[in-house]
Amino acid sequence: MKVGCPKEVVAGEQRVAMTPDSVRQIQKLGYDCVVQSGAGSAAGFDDAAYEDAGAAVVKTAASLWKQADIIVKVRGVTGTEQKSLRDGQTVISMFWPAQNPDLLDLFKAANSNAIAMDMVPRISRAQKMDVLSSMANIAGYRAVIESGNQFGRFFTGQITAAGKVPPAKVLVIGAGVAGLAAIGTATSLGAIVRAFDVRPEVAEQIESMGADFLMLEFEEDGSGEGGYAKPASPEFIEKEMALFRAQAPEIDIVITTALIPGRPAPKLWPAEMVALMKPGSVVVDLAAEQGGNCDLTVADQIVTSDNGVKIVGYTDFPSRMAAQSSTLYATNIRHMLDDLTPEKDGQITINMEDDVIRGATVVHAGEITYPPPAPKVQAIGKAPAAPKPVELTPEEKAAQEMAAHRKAGQRQFGMLVLGGLFMLLVGAYAPASFMQHFIVFALACFVGFQVIWNVSHALHTPLMAVTNAISGIIILGALLQIGSSNQIVMILAAISVLIATINIVGGFMVTRRMLAMFQKS
Amino acid sequence: MSANIVTAIYIAASVLFILSLGGLSNQESAKRAVWYGIVGMALAVGATIFGPQVAISNILILMIVIGSVIGLVVARRVEMTGMPQLVAALHTFVGMAAVFIGINSELAPPAGLIGAEKIIHEVEVFLGVFIGAVTTTGSIVAFGKLAGILDGKPLTLPARNLLNLIAVLVCVWLGYMYLNHAGIWTLYLMTAIALVFGAHLVLAIGGADMPVVVSMLNSYSGWAAAATGFLLGNDLLIVTGALVGASGAILSYIMCRAMNRNFLSVILGGWGTVAASAQEVEGEMIATDVATVAADLADAQEIVFVPGYGMAVAQAQSAVSEITRRLRAQGKNVRFAIHPVAGRLPGHMNVLLAEAKVPYDIVLEMDEINDDFPSTDIVIVLGANDIVNPAAQDDPGSPIAGMPVLEAWKARQVIISKRGQGRGYSGIENPLFFKDNSRMLYGDAKSSLDQILASLP
Repeated sequence: MKVGCPKEVVAGEQRVAMTPDSVRQIQKLGYDCVVQSGAGSAAGFDDAAYEDAGAAVVKTAASLWKQADIIVKVRGVTGTEQKSLRDGQTVISMFWPAQNPDLLDLFKAANSNAIAMDMVPRISRAQKMDVLSSMANIAGYRAVIESGNQFGRFFTGQITAAGKVPPAKVLVIGAGVAGLAAIGTATSLGAIVRAFDVRPEVAEQIESMGADFLMLEFEEDGSGEGGYAKPASPEFIEKEMALFRAQAPEIDIVITTALIPGRPAPKLWPAEMVALMKPGSVVVDLAAEQGGNCDLTVADQIVTSDNGVKIVGYTDFPSRMAAQSSTLYATNIRHMLDDLTPEKDGQITINMEDDVIRGATVVHAGEITYPPPAPKVQAIGKAPAAPKPVELTPEEKAAQEMAAHRKAGQRQFGMLVLGGLFMLLVGAYAPASFMQHFIVFALACFVGFQVIWNVSHALHTPLMAVTNAISGIIILGALLQIGSSNQIVMILAAISVLIATINIVGGFMVTRRMLAMFQKS
Repeated sequence: MSANIVTAIYIAASVLFILSLGGLSNQESAKRAVWYGIVGMALAVGATIFGPQVAISNILILMIVIGSVIGLVVARRVEMTGMPQLVAALHTFVGMAAVFIGINSELAPPAGLIGAEKIIHEVEVFLGVFIGAVTTTGSIVAFGKLAGILDGKPLTLPARNLLNLIAVLVCVWLGYMYLNHAGIWTLYLMTAIALVFGAHLVLAIGGADMPVVVSMLNSYSGWAAAATGFLLGNDLLIVTGALVGASGAILSYIMCRAMNRNFLSVILGGWGTVAASAQEVEGEMIATDVATVAADLADAQEIVFVPGYGMAVAQAQSAVSEITRRLRAQGKNVRFAIHPVAGRLPGHMNVLLAEAKVPYDIVLEMDEINDDFPSTDIVIVLGANDIVNPAAQDDPGSPIAGMPVLEAWKARQVIISKRGQGRGYSGIENPLFFKDNSRMLYGDAKSSLDQILASLP
């Protein structure tokens, strides 16, 4: 079968769904590749590179649509493309089926298949084709770069001969993939980064990227399905606003990434927050396409507020880094084709039993299969809620410690009494000579306990070798017996001397060897 | 040499032994400590040989010379990875010697014992032989398992605890008969039962618990020496035996605590039969390759290696050392995280890394490094499994639940060098391998590391 990649028709779209690299990989699956002339030029891949990789380059979109059995694209099927759609053709692209029901009808009418990359379920097996994550990653990075473009100062703090520069303070709202990418980028540029998310479990991820997590003291878990957030209650929003109000005056750059699936973006950064910010500050709204997290956002534009705050509302961050985003997107597509071609024979198999393929397929053989049933595997294992440790007052703590001490004391006392009774019992019956040895034995045990506790863990193996060598002291017994007139005793004693000597010499020598190896850097 | 001078020398030897064990508290004083031990031993043996109770004979000198030569050769030849086997094998000798000496003492009892003294002597003989016999076969089995001659899996006979109990009870009954002068056959029969008992005891313990077993046998060999001291009336034997016995017992305790397990349940065996309630792990293991790992290492600043028994098996310690040296030369912070029960001996990893000339001040214990994992760029897990298993913390149904583990999964990236997709020694699935930030580097640890070394910038 032939896989075709047309030039994107949506104005301003610079990405391409196939790169020369992915062409090579797709051919390994048994497919032939066709690319429309100029498809990759905006992303920096010229026709010659595709030809080198083994793809056929065709002049017009029309002939490409006619030839190819599978079409890979970035943006849905629009304009003239809709007329080119053929019976039985499969299109792999981003469709946003919830927002574009017409498109599904079109596929239904044409009796063809639509596989929506944006519908790939978010389970770990499908991460390799998760375009939302790979695009969000780029968007997060680019958001920081764009904000730096609009921001008149350094990110990093510096003390120079010409004066002191304070570090930029960045607030990232929403710690999804884009948010985390933004945090990582901003921290590595040297900014002080704070981040907020309604899902408390992401605190660890935020901190691992080097930002401070802004904690909201509130009993509500904002986690919804598939690792996304769910809408918050009014009380929660009230608390959240109070937190932002406290932050707004000192923050230089705000990057908002809050999205709730299937709803307009929540208004987290209202006009009042913008008014609190310093002139020259920047707000980058990654949710601009869904209406924006900021009241003042205008999609695809930069607007300046009355107090001189710039609000960036671009909706094409991934496209602004077309080379990078095309590479990742093409790889995602390639992985999808990989899963669709289990036999590696160049024949596509849409296996509706497979959770991932089922989820992504929105029209199959002329039938609308959207929305898919819930995936069988839960997206992200929910950690069982840990019981909260009860805060203790100092008095309670002291009482607990006292109780623990008393208990330990009681136990020790009990042991001493028991031990003492045992000693008395032994003393009552055993002869004097035994008691003398017994004293020595008991004291040696105590000395042993005291000494060994101090041995460092790293030296436990040498310790064992040394104690092993020392336990060869048993040779003394054999030495005392070797002079016996009894033949058997003599032989057994001789063997004992032999093996005990092996033990002593071997043990000490090997310990010395080991210890000689330990060295300081 | 008079008996009093011999006693004086024994006191000196006891003090030297205590100093020797105490000196192991840090690496520098340890080098001195081993000399204390050697001098103490030389004094003790010398004083005994030249003392009034021993007549120097050719056979005595011959045996000591042969024994010394064998000991020297073995100590020089042994690979550092073979340490656990060697220690186990040496324990066998102590146990065997205790058995022989006990039987000798029965065959040629010291003169002039009457009444309570005689009974006590007989109890001592009986106990000494029992402990010695258990130590002997227990150590042989431990040696077999550690050397890979015997299967490392625990042997779980039906009603094994009952069998053990019966063996002990029969021995107690035989002891009663022996004290009532039923004849020397009781002693021999008890020895035979104790030999089987010792073997069965260790056979029932799984490979992952071997460190505890080895140190427990170490302890037994000490108690055997102490029992011999009692029956011969020799204080130096008693002191030394007690020191060794106490040391082994504490080591076993420390290790059981590190695994959050009850000492008795380890000794009575049976790990790995209760994994039924463990959570299923979902997701997939993502493989990586040598070139990627080398590139990742080149980019990382904070690197932590977590070595396990697999490193010892693959003899990969010198390759690790070389990589460490290179990375440190580039100004990266490279450290090693050692779990208390990594390897098959307590402190096993430290010895191997020391052998490979990894400086000991970058080799850290679990408690010292666990807090640093979140700020670590790359953790490389070398042939370790259970000690980095997050199920110990997350999954109350896991057989290792509650065991303190190295929190490697908190690092930005974890690379696991592993032979294949199999499970660890305890047979538990490891969710770490399925985490998003984990990458599996399949293949022999040594050859993988050698290739990484070759591709490092």
